[in-house]
Amino acid sequence: MQDDAAQNQTLLGADELVLNMGPQHPSTHGVLRVKLKLDGERVRGTECVIGYLHRGVEKIAENRSYQQFAPYVDRMDYVAAVSNGLGYCEAVEKLLNVEAPPRAKVIRTIMTELQRIASHLVWLGTHALDIGALTPLFYCLREREEILKIFEKYCGARLTTHAFRIGGLQYEAYDSFEKDVERFCKDFERRIQEYVDLLTGNSIWIGRTRNVGVLSAEDCIALGASGPVLRASGVKWDLRKAQPYAAYDQYNFQIPVGTNGDTYDRYMVRMEEMRQSRLICLQAIENIPAGPILGKVGKVLKPPAGEIYHSIEAPKGILGYYIVSDGTTQPYRVRIRPPSFINLQALDKMARGHLVADVVAIIGTLDIVLGEVDR
Amino acid sequence: MNPTLHAVLVFLETWWVELVSGVVIVAVVPLVAGYIVLVERKLMADMQARLGPMRVGPHGLLQPIADAVKLLIKEDIIPDNADKMVFWMAPVVSMTAALTSMGAIAFGPAFQVARDINVGLLFVIGVSSLGIFGIVLGGWASNSHYSIMGALRSTAQLVSYETAAGLALISGLLLAGTLKIRAIVDAQQHFGVWFVFLAPVAFFIYVVASIAETNRAPFDLPEAESELVAGYMTEYSGFRWALYFLGEYANMIVVGAVATTLFLGGWLRPFPNVRWMNWLDALPALFTAAVGAYCVYRAGKQPVRVQTWFMWGVALACFVVALILAVPLLVAPLKFLVPGLHGAFWFLLKISAYIYLFMWLRFTLPRYRFDQLMHLGWYILIPLAIVNVLAVGVAMILEMEYGWNRWLAMLLTTVITLATALFLLRLNDKRAAAASSAAPPPEEPSTEDSYAG
Repeated sequence: MQDDAAQNQTLLGADELVLNMGPQHPSTHGVLRVKLKLDGERVRGTECVIGYLHRGVEKIAENRSYQQFAPYVDRMDYVAAVSNGLGYCEAVEKLLNVEAPPRAKVIRTIMTELQRIASHLVWLGTHALDIGALTPLFYCLREREEILKIFEKYCGARLTTHAFRIGGLQYEAYDSFEKDVERFCKDFERRIQEYVDLLTGNSIWIGRTRNVGVLSAEDCIALGASGPVLRASGVKWDLRKAQPYAAYDQYNFQIPVGTNGDTYDRYMVRMEEMRQSRLICLQAIENIPAGPILGKVGKVLKPPAGEIYHSIEAPKGILGYYIVSDGTTQPYRVRIRPPSFINLQALDKMARGHLVADVVAIIGTLDIVLGEVDR
Repeated sequence: MNPTLHAVLVFLETWWVELVSGVVIVAVVPLVAGYIVLVERKLMADMQARLGPMRVGPHGLLQPIADAVKLLIKEDIIPDNADKMVFWMAPVVSMTAALTSMGAIAFGPAFQVARDINVGLLFVIGVSSLGIFGIVLGGWASNSHYSIMGALRSTAQLVSYETAAGLALISGLLLAGTLKIRAIVDAQQHFGVWFVFLAPVAFFIYVVASIAETNRAPFDLPEAESELVAGYMTEYSGFRWALYFLGEYANMIVVGAVATTLFLGGWLRPFPNVRWMNWLDALPALFTAAVGAYCVYRAGKQPVRVQTWFMWGVALACFVVALILAVPLLVAPLKFLVPGLHGAFWFLLKISAYIYLFMWLRFTLPRYRFDQLMHLGWYILIPLAIVNVLAVGVAMILEMEYGWNRWLAMLLTTVITLATALFLLRLNDKRAAAASSAAPPPEEPSTEDSYAG
């Protein structure tokens, strides 16, 4: 017993406390379970237990036709369903060797950027709530509601939209689509200032986020982290610029990067990304090309045998689809690279040595969605 | 006469005021606390661009009663491994402490709750801090990790902030020169100024420390919802949980009453001794009448007839109160009622403002982390409070022995304490900067599985 205590080297030679956080916990963002090894309140180690939301999405894909599988990807990252759909549709298009018409591409870009704002708004609200600020959540959901209304008007669904089709779009943009997007973007500039007023300069907020969960650029790359987590550590890597897809090569926007790679930097990066997404939307509605919205794809999709990997910059990071086709109507294998799952690996690295309260902040700053982690 | 009956009668004769007060406290405070919760939810909803409770009664006005009924009929769960006796006792301790401490509070010159004892303020503070035992015992008895961590946090927090609050109160007590509740207010009338203007730093420290003492955001670490689920209350359900909850809100009333008594002039109106400000006496009646008029104005706009009636009812109640407040001013033989009635009005108004401040901060600010809380308490608030006590003492000597102008002396102390505060903050920043640059978070090899096996 005494040997154990000496080995553990905890204060007063006491045993370590194992605290089981989740899967039912207010701030593990779903059904994440984290076993915390604690010395008092200090975290000595973490272990994530995942799989509570596993639905076998990749296996389901093998028994569905290409079109039938499209709605399933909406259920992975359910706060950014449009982005998931874009990644999947583009991957299959690449496999089929067809291209969506320019009009479809621009509308896809607008929808995806709106979705990015919506996803970041959910992140901001819940992250602030985790750190104890009650009010930003409701402001964020208020703005997100406007985006969801646009989605609803466009395709009838708010959350799991299934907005795009392989080869383009099924629905034409509704009459006041541009006007709605423009109104949202105009309002949003003022609204984002409200979050800045509540949080950015708040000394408690800064105290809770500065130097918490620091990830260096090397660590990020070694762990495979992507998205805002990677960019906050100072790596300027955004697939929208690096490997442009959809219509991103037509628009001007900046890639915000951080310097310290702490929670505050990730907050600043995501805030700036929302502003940039807003600018992209404003540029895109200026000039939506006329023309067809669906490319030349048949009713039955039979891609040639082969394999393809396509990745996009989803709100949470790089979302990749690896599809193997054996020439039939159903994929032979679909493998998805979910950004949340890979970013979640960084939790242990980030949380060690911090306090229990910081673990909650770190889970929030990673912006994970368990539907995507478990698939 | 039967000696037992005689003893009972003697007891009743001497203690009937206290008995009645006790019954009144136990009967009224939970209801008031319930409605404070409703007000808080409504205010929070207003600040968060939503409506809040709307279903039970007009504008959710019966929500507290529905909540109480729900909590009473809820299944009472005691965890298997809990220490049942302590688990049962803990919320009662919390609640009892909060309610008992109300006994010495006076809500106006005519509304002393139980008795104006000579150690009044000390009694209130001492007894209300006993509530911490309920939290610690409850957290320990639950036999749950979240509960024990909440209890530990709560203990450390209360020990730290009770010290700062006590020192801040001493600054005020130096000015008053007494612990008697009524005498403290009389002293402020005699000075002709609320003590908050003479010792603003002490008041500020007391505000911060009292938020921490009542476990309210941004210092709500013991029950930090997003970290510890519900802290020490995690395993509690039903009415035991409600007792903790009521204890917390009763405590808010207590600290509000203490702050009002000592710093905000108790039941005195603003400028109590200035004759040409006497028109302020009309304010309570006008204020309640205005609220009533607004209710009448809104009554026509209610969507449902029940709500219209209800608004009329509220308006009527407001007008009655306004009349009660106005009549003693106008009718000469009833003039003796003015201090009592108006005193109660001002006192309740000040407590409400104090509690409103608590709520406002809760909706606005993120939560401190535990180490930051301790730093704020021990490195800033307590040293500042000590300096403030000394400075106020020096100022009083300057005034009494050397005949300085009181305002000049107090201004001097405030400047000195503010300078100290700046110095402490600077020091704290430097230390924080040094700590963050010198010691990055301890690195451990993270390759091995921390739970192998």
